[in-house]
This record gives sequence, C-alpha cells and structure tokens, in this order.
Amino acid sequence: MSTAILDLPEEEYIMPGTRTCAGCGLPIAYRYILKALGPKTIMTHPACCLTILHGIYPKTPIAINAVNNTFASTAASATGLAAGLKATGRNDFTVLAMAGDGGTFDMGIQALSGAAERGTDIIYVCYDNEAYMNTGVQRSSATPSGAMTTTTPFIPKEQPKKDFVQIMEAHHLPYLATACSAYPGDVYNKFLKAREIKGTRFIHLAVPCPPGWGFPTKDTVKLGRLSVETGVVVLYEVVRGALQLTGKSLSMARSGRKKPVEDYLKIQGRFKKMTAEQIADFQRQVDERWEQLMARAEF
Amino acid sequence: MGQTLILTGNQTAALAAKLCRVQVIAAYPITPQSKIPEVLSEYVEKGELPAEFVRVESEHSAMGVCISASMVGARVFTATAANGLAYMHEQLHWAAGARLPIVMPVTNRGLGAPWTILNDMQDSIAQRDTGWMQFYCLNNQEILDQTILAYRTAEALLVPIMVCFDGFRLSHTMMPVEIPSQDEVDAFLPPYRLPYTIDAQNPVNINPVVMTDPLPDPAGELAPSYMGFRRRLQEAHESALPVIARLGREFGEIFGRSYEDSLYRYRNEDADFLFLTMGSLSSEASDTVDILRDEGVRAGVIGLRVFRPFPAHQLASAVSGVKGIAVVEKAISYGYEGALATELKAALFSANGLRPVVTNYVVGLGGKDVKPTDLLEAARDTLTQVDGASRHEHPKWLGSGV
Repeated sequence: MSTAILDLPEEEYIMPGTRTCAGCGLPIAYRYILKALGPKTIMTHPACCLTILHGIYPKTPIAINAVNNTFASTAASATGLAAGLKATGRNDFTVLAMAGDGGTFDMGIQALSGAAERGTDIIYVCYDNEAYMNTGVQRSSATPSGAMTTTTPFIPKEQPKKDFVQIMEAHHLPYLATACSAYPGDVYNKFLKAREIKGTRFIHLAVPCPPGWGFPTKDTVKLGRLSVETGVVVLYEVVRGALQLTGKSLSMARSGRKKPVEDYLKIQGRFKKMTAEQIADFQRQVDERWEQLMARAEF
Repeated sequence: MGQTLILTGNQTAALAAKLCRVQVIAAYPITPQSKIPEVLSEYVEKGELPAEFVRVESEHSAMGVCISASMVGARVFTATAANGLAYMHEQLHWAAGARLPIVMPVTNRGLGAPWTILNDMQDSIAQRDTGWMQFYCLNNQEILDQTILAYRTAEALLVPIMVCFDGFRLSHTMMPVEIPSQDEVDAFLPPYRLPYTIDAQNPVNINPVVMTDPLPDPAGELAPSYMGFRRRLQEAHESALPVIARLGREFGEIFGRSYEDSLYRYRNEDADFLFLTMGSLSSEASDTVDILRDEGVRAGVIGLRVFRPFPAHQLASAVSGVKGIAVVEKAISYGYEGALATELKAALFSANGLRPVVTNYVVGLGGKDVKPTDLLEAARDTLTQVDGASRHEHPKWLGSGV
C-alpha cells in the first residue's frame, strides 16, 4: 500500500521559491523523494531542469547537500561522491543521482551503464519529461512517437520511445522501479525501500511537463494520473529480478480496467497531429507492453 | 630512510601516488599510461594502499569520479594521455573551475588522426587553457618528486595539476629513482583537509548557476559573479610561482633535490645560444650542448619544469644577453607555431627590449626520434640567423621526412 499523505514526514527539504516552470511535475516528486531519503543525502545532477529548480548562486531552496556536474557524467559524479565519502570514513550519507531523459537515455547512458555494472552504491533517478525540456523542448530518445517537439516541428517523431528500463534491467540491479509524480505515496514508498538496499538502485520517474507537452498548468497531476490509468506509464518495482506491480497499476491489473490512450493523448498539444491510425498504433504498443508486464506480474 | 630502485616512469608515477596516500583512484587504461592503473590496482588489491579504486568505463568518467570525490574531501588520482586526455577536456575545465586539487600524470602521446601511440606533447599543450597547472618532467626522478610536489602545491592553491612526462621515452624506460621513506613524504605532505564541510546541518549547493553580476547572499553580503570566480582562478595562478618556489625549496631541504627553480638550466651562465625545451628533450638538448661547447659555441639549455603558470619573468631573465634561442617543441599550434615559442616571445616583449633571434623547430611528433644531429641543425640554423641570415617565417620541421 502507498503511504497516506497524512502519514508522510513533515520535514521539508524544498523551501518555497524554486525556479521551475509553473505546474512542473518534477518538484512534486522531488519533495517526496527527499522526505523518504532524509537530510543525510547528497545529490548530484547535470545541467537540467533540476539545475533551475536548485536556484541561482548564492541562494538555493534545497536543504540537502547538492553537487552540479557535467552533462554526461551524473553517474560518474555519484560514483565519485560514494567513493570519496567511503574513503574519508563517512558512510552515513545516501548518494542520490538525478538526471533527465537527455542526461540518462542519451548523453548519460555510458556513465550510468558503467556505474550500474560496477554495482556502485547509489540511487539513480531518471526523471523523464520526454524531451530536452530545459533547452526548449527538443526531441530525445525518450520522446514518444507522434509527439511534436521543437526539433520535430512539422513531422511528429516517428520512432517509438526507447525502453530504457529494460536496458537498466539488463544490468542485474538489486532494485529497479518506475514511478510517476502524480502518485506521491507510491514515490515515497519506493525511495524508502531503495534507501535500505545496497548497490545501484534505478528509478524511472515519469514527470509531466506543461510547456513541453502542451497542457494547462493546473492539469499536471491529472496528466500523470491519466498516463498511469491508460497504461502508458506502468508502476512497478523489480527486486532482484522479481516484478511486482504497485499502486494504481496494481489495482488496474486486479480490476482489469484500463482507459483508452486517446484520453491521455487528446489533451496534449504535442500529439495534436496524430492520425486515427497513429493513435491506434500507439494503443497497440501500450497494450502489448501492458500484457507483457501483466504476464510477468502473474496476472 | 629511502632507497634507490630501478623503475619505469609509469612504475614511478604509481609509487608516487601510493607515497602520497591517495584515497580515490579512477582510471581508464590508454597506451602508454596503462601500467600506472595496473600497478595501483596491485597496491590496492594487496592491501598496500587503502584507497577506493574505481575501474571506470572512460576517461570522461575517470575525471568525473575524481571531481566529485575531491569535492567531498578525498585525495584523488587519475592518469591518462592523448585521446583520453582530449576526451576529458570538458571535465578539465570543470575541475579547475571547481578549484579541486586533483593531480594527474599525463604520459605525453600524439593525438589521432592518424593514429599514433607514440610520444609528443600535443595532448597536454592543447589543454593549456583549461585552468590546470602543468609540470613537465625531465626524467623518472622528477616524475616522483614533481608528483609529491604537485599534491602539496595543488592543495595549497586549490588548483589541479598535470604532471606531464614523455610517453615511452620516460613511461617505459627504466632509470634509477631515489625513493623517499613514507615518513619523509608524510612530513612534507600532510593529509588533505577540505576547506569547507559536508554535513547535513549546513547543506551546500556546489557549482550552481552563477549570474553575470554579484548577488546578495541571505545575510545581504555580495557573493561573486561568474567573472569573479574566474578571476580568482587566474589570481591563484598569478600567486603560484612563489609558492611553487617555496615548496620546491622545502622539498629540497627534506629530500635533497630542490625544485625552487621552475627552470632546468644547463651550461647557460655564459651562453649566447640556448635551446628552450620541455620534458625529456631537455636532457637530449644538454648532450647536444656538450658537442656545441666542444666546437667553441657558448651554448646552453633552459628547460621548463612549469608551463602553467608560465614563469615569464624567470625565463626572460634567464635568456637576457643571449643572442639566439632555438625553441624545440614536440607540439604545434596549427596555423602559427609552437606554443612555447609564442610564450617565450611574449615573455621577452613584456621584459621590454629583449630581442634575441628566436627560432622554432617542430620535432619528435608521433614518437619520431630526436637525434643530436637534428638539434645541431637547429643550433646552426639559428646561429646563421644570429649572423644576419634572413629569418624563417614559419617554424621549421626537423625529421618529418616525406
């Protein structure tokens, strides 16, 4: 069961005054990530939306230790933090790495694969808003087919989204999970669990982006929920190879009810050029993946 | 008490790192550096060196690991060469900008394309403007000594340092090296102390976005702008030469080999012709000077141990009264000339009025052997220009063949 909102710790590690865009899905999840990990956390991130969230020198709204690093080296930086803290006898910090889909699916994949293969003792979060949002909504390998971006301005992206979670599963991780910012209790639980496990823990976090996806800022949670309710995003965790559905995805599996993807696609500006045929193809892809995951989860 | 061992340059660099009690090592193999991480792996696996050894998947990550480990207070070490160094390029800027006292041997090797695994200095010279200090070694003893000195200097000034030495010519050549005792090194190099704290009560946000103008901190005090941070890095370099001299003298008092002088000098006191070189080329130039002296030419050598910060005043004063200087280099800034030739001319211009004949020779690229006959040719060519022959417009290539 997800932790109820009222049962979450009251301590806040993100103070008022973050510089994210209005309606950003990232700080919603980040707030609960830090509540789960607590003050003995040191985090590292590349140039990304999180850099904006962390503010401009000499002020920051973040009440944990944070390190900025170069774009391709988030996992290497986390490795350095873990090695440096261990070598100097400070084993009480949790090392958290966070990068977007650009810094993970694309430029950061080499360093992350290296760190994961070495079993480095870090929690790595890819917060996925499905394009290079910080530089102005350019296509990434996490952008789904049918989406328009500023580098696919007239012909929507033709290739499907890279299945990055499967790539990470191939690294034999002790803990792997998916999450969505619309379900803070589920996010909180997963980080609480990840914190207690040694080795490389990978969490894929879906975060809706109002300016990048083209929806009103009041609908961030609604979009996140719809992504899960339609099966576009599936919430689960994999502990040493065993897959377990969680939260809303688990109750959907039990009830057998899943909304059509059109409910999710039609309210986003980025998908407005999709034809009925492309929407049907998108539905087919989502259904196929859903069935595979249901089979693995033994539903 | 120490002992004398017969070691390659790479074995020496690894042993130096051990003597410096490095705490985090992250390295990716590249010829001719590979033996350094191999030897360090042995030290760590045998329990002789209590360090975290991270067998990274690339040089970019090697420096990424070093940067973050250094940020939380570990003494860190890596080593690379050529394309590995070039692959680190953005991280080099980051390390210097973040003011991290990282020390890194560079086993100088030519860059592709086309491929070569052999020696020249194009790799480290091309990293001149990253904000790192650069030390160059004449022989294997200097590799040991300058590595120990580099940690002390880097930690005093919070600037990273490359300890550069010629690939194969030193990295794979065995020489006697006086090894100090661990106690002696410990006395010279105390443990690294982070100048700030990493604790949960007083969290810090390291290297965030910095604006063009200073902004007030929560207490209302103005904090540096981007240019302010960059100026401080330059100021650290500007203040460095006296620090390097003082530490080099102190090193001499403990270990018997002084590095107070940033320049290697050979028979230069009464010279009216000088070779200006770096690295192991300085010892080849010294042999050539002996030949020239036998022929009656008052020749000498100046070799730079420190290329960044550039010892401009020392160099200008060392060459005052000299009629001709042949700058012999294993690197070139394409479209102009060797960087050392340009730097020397700038130092002379700033020294107001010194105008010896300065010639520039590109030698030894991609491991091409530099023979005394090449250096004699450079000397004679320079001396004819001293005597009034027309000067070369461009650097002269020696030994490049077809």
